[in-house]
Amino acid sequence: MSSLAFVTRRLLGAIPTLAIIITLSFLLTRLAPGGPFDEEQALPPEIRANLEAAYGLDQPMAVQFGRYVMGLLHGDFGPSFKFRDFTVSELIASGLPVSLTIGIAALLLAIALGVPAGVWAALARGRWPDRLLMSFAVAGISVPVFVVAPFLALAFGIWLRWLPVAGWAPGRSSDLVLPVVTLALPVIAYLARLTRGSLLEVLRAPWVRAARARGLPGRTVLLRHALPAALLPVVSYLGPATAAVLAGSLVVETIFGLPGMGRHLVQGALNRDYTLVMGMVIVYAALMIVLNLLADLVYAWLDPRIRRGGRS
Amino acid sequence: MRLLEIRALTVDFSGRTPVRAVDGVDLTVDARESVAIVGESGSGKSQLLHACTGLLSANGRALGSVRFAGDELLGDGDRAAAVRGRGIGFVFQDASGSLTPHRRIGDQLAEIAAAAHGLARGAALVESRRMLERVHLPDAPRRLAQYPHELSGGMRQRVAIALALVARPRLLFADEPTTALDVTVQAEILALLAELCRDLGMALLLVTHDLGVVAALADRIAVMYAGRIVETSSAADFFGGPKHSYSAGLLAAVPTLAGPP
Amino acid sequence: MSSGLWGDAFRQLRGDRAAMTGLVVLSWLVIAAAAGPLLVDYREDQIDWANMAVPPFTAEGHWLGTDRLGRDLLVRTLHGLRVSLVIALAATLVSLVIGVAWGAVAGYLRGRTDALMMRFVDVLYALPQVFFVIILTVVFGRGPLTLLIAIGAFGWLTMARIVRGQALALREREFVEAAVVGGAGTLRIVLRHIVPNLLGPVIVYATLTVPQVILIESFLSFLGIGIQEPLASLGNLIADGAAEMETAPWMLAVPAGCLVLLVFCFNFLGDGLRDALDPRDRR
Repeated sequence: MSSLAFVTRRLLGAIPTLAIIITLSFLLTRLAPGGPFDEEQALPPEIRANLEAAYGLDQPMAVQFGRYVMGLLHGDFGPSFKFRDFTVSELIASGLPVSLTIGIAALLLAIALGVPAGVWAALARGRWPDRLLMSFAVAGISVPVFVVAPFLALAFGIWLRWLPVAGWAPGRSSDLVLPVVTLALPVIAYLARLTRGSLLEVLRAPWVRAARARGLPGRTVLLRHALPAALLPVVSYLGPATAAVLAGSLVVETIFGLPGMGRHLVQGALNRDYTLVMGMVIVYAALMIVLNLLADLVYAWLDPRIRRGGRS
Repeated sequence: MRLLEIRALTVDFSGRTPVRAVDGVDLTVDARESVAIVGESGSGKSQLLHACTGLLSANGRALGSVRFAGDELLGDGDRAAAVRGRGIGFVFQDASGSLTPHRRIGDQLAEIAAAAHGLARGAALVESRRMLERVHLPDAPRRLAQYPHELSGGMRQRVAIALALVARPRLLFADEPTTALDVTVQAEILALLAELCRDLGMALLLVTHDLGVVAALADRIAVMYAGRIVETSSAADFFGGPKHSYSAGLLAAVPTLAGPP
Repeated sequence: MSSGLWGDAFRQLRGDRAAMTGLVVLSWLVIAAAAGPLLVDYREDQIDWANMAVPPFTAEGHWLGTDRLGRDLLVRTLHGLRVSLVIALAATLVSLVIGVAWGAVAGYLRGRTDALMMRFVDVLYALPQVFFVIILTVVFGRGPLTLLIAIGAFGWLTMARIVRGQALALREREFVEAAVVGGAGTLRIVLRHIVPNLLGPVIVYATLTVPQVILIESFLSFLGIGIQEPLASLGNLIADGAAEMETAPWMLAVPAGCLVLLVFCFNFLGDGLRDALDPRDRR
């Protein structure tokens, strides 16, 4: 099928997933025992009734859902139940740029470091670069973000005093170094291992040996024949990598005091702020869907067999 | 001086169970001569070809002597690399497996032409198209822009042959060149190989288990069993009456039209 | 077939040094979690006013020091270890039971039932797990039970896929056809013929799932949305430690080290089991 048809099909396929996520989030939060105002100190019943009416909580479920979806289509995620002065949309809008910045920076850093590391390890198979890099990789995968972050903050921020550990002064990019690096580390580790394994497998492929047999220099064989094929699984991994980075950003923003969506989400979860949590989850899910889609598109573009369709 | 001279070639593979794939093989190929190595799978035929051009896998070791046009190839990685493509061409068994899936046919050919003859891109593409026409691939200009998966099995094998020849080697290695193909296509490919060797003045070292292929192409035959050459003779002598019992067994196993065995 | 396969696998596992080390250390950790607190003089919520925030090996009886409130760190870490292990094992068990049942039935029945069941799995698979677990904690309150259900609710998906693949393959084998011909009912066949042969991949996957669950639970506890104070979990101990790391780095190092060690052991063991039981998967 043509490229356009392919893209359209993928886009259309993503919509039901998003719809399910929205519906499920809504159902779950509305089905909760008790309501969002239960934790307030004893509210007189009339005031509580007024509050609930104001937030539309006295309507039947279907109506509430309909109004919520209509609101979504207009970019309105509803009011925050706990931050009375802000709507969820405002909180999302303020936090999104921060989270996107560190998230994308982390992904780019991970690709820039992880893939070459994996290639080096594969080419130096069995020798010390391979062993060293793979030991780091195993550590990187096994040590969780919330353990690495405090240690890095301790080492670089407090003992060595090289980098700031908290806060976000817009424009001061050194604030971002520790958070982005922390976020990127597990992905670097995984990409290094993935690239190494993939490249080793591709180097055993018959067409790589054939390319060498036809007299092509080793570098050409590696760069033009082996590497492009070896990178396909890496592109596939970008979807799960995004999920990992988004989840990790919750921790990183909390520890390093960054005013991103993640920190708002955690606050919302601690406060049992339904609309905030719901809205954030929907945005995160949408981000993941978009990035998964991009990864799929890049994969299809790279693999001519999908792009052009084939015979056998 | 012989074109290819193999003396006491031994190939060992290390691993959980070490294997000696080739056990002291002597073989020669003269210019413009076609030699066939016949044997069952597992006899070490492919490893012999790989060892000559330095293409063994990482756990393989080759000992002995392999001389191409007087130069020793074993143990000299640079010289082996220089000989690949330009001195010795290679056609692999599974053509679909031997073509890089994500690169266009034209690019794969032009790349070799450029490297071997120092051509610029435009000239290299012209040479590529010429090569495709040489192997009788219909509609050559269109094929240059296509990917391997867009061609049929027979067409892919023709492309594989073109890739092996575009650097103008003097000797062609062919490892089971027709085994993966339909029967009808096999005959065409064999005819093509014979024609090309004749026209380009190439020698041929062919490895196969198919005696029909041998009959079509070979001047001389070497029978290989368990890593050793057990018999060498001219084609006429071989099909007339082989000396070794194993060769006799091979010939007897070929079904004939003359009624039940 | 069975004893030969298991015998070989066991022998290979014994030779895998990383896996064996993981197994041994893991056993120590489990024993420590179960019985350790009995050997320490202090209880996990006991406050020692005289010894607040002391480093390891300095105060009497507090081998690994105390936290900001004077609670013994060793005993709290062991309790945290206990909690993390119990939740992880329980959640994995839940995932296992649901996943194996779902996958075995889907793989055995094939056809439209299979397609439908696996479609359900696909849909759930596309949801971002961490975020939905967070929603569930918001909705149903924070605590061990919610965590268990929330994590288990997502953990069975991959198991179901693996099991279904195996079941599909097994269904074609002769002994199953013989059972079908012999008139055995579906449930009987699934239970007595298919499930025992799934044991290999299931064991491997379960061993590799446990560390993932531990990490998710610790992640949430770290953020404060998982296990709540004063109940100790490795996650919230690490969070406390992170807050005090400038002045009392041992508060971070001890639970963090324990968590990393735990995860490493399970991963090594799981990798070893996979190499031993699933030869096709070898790198």
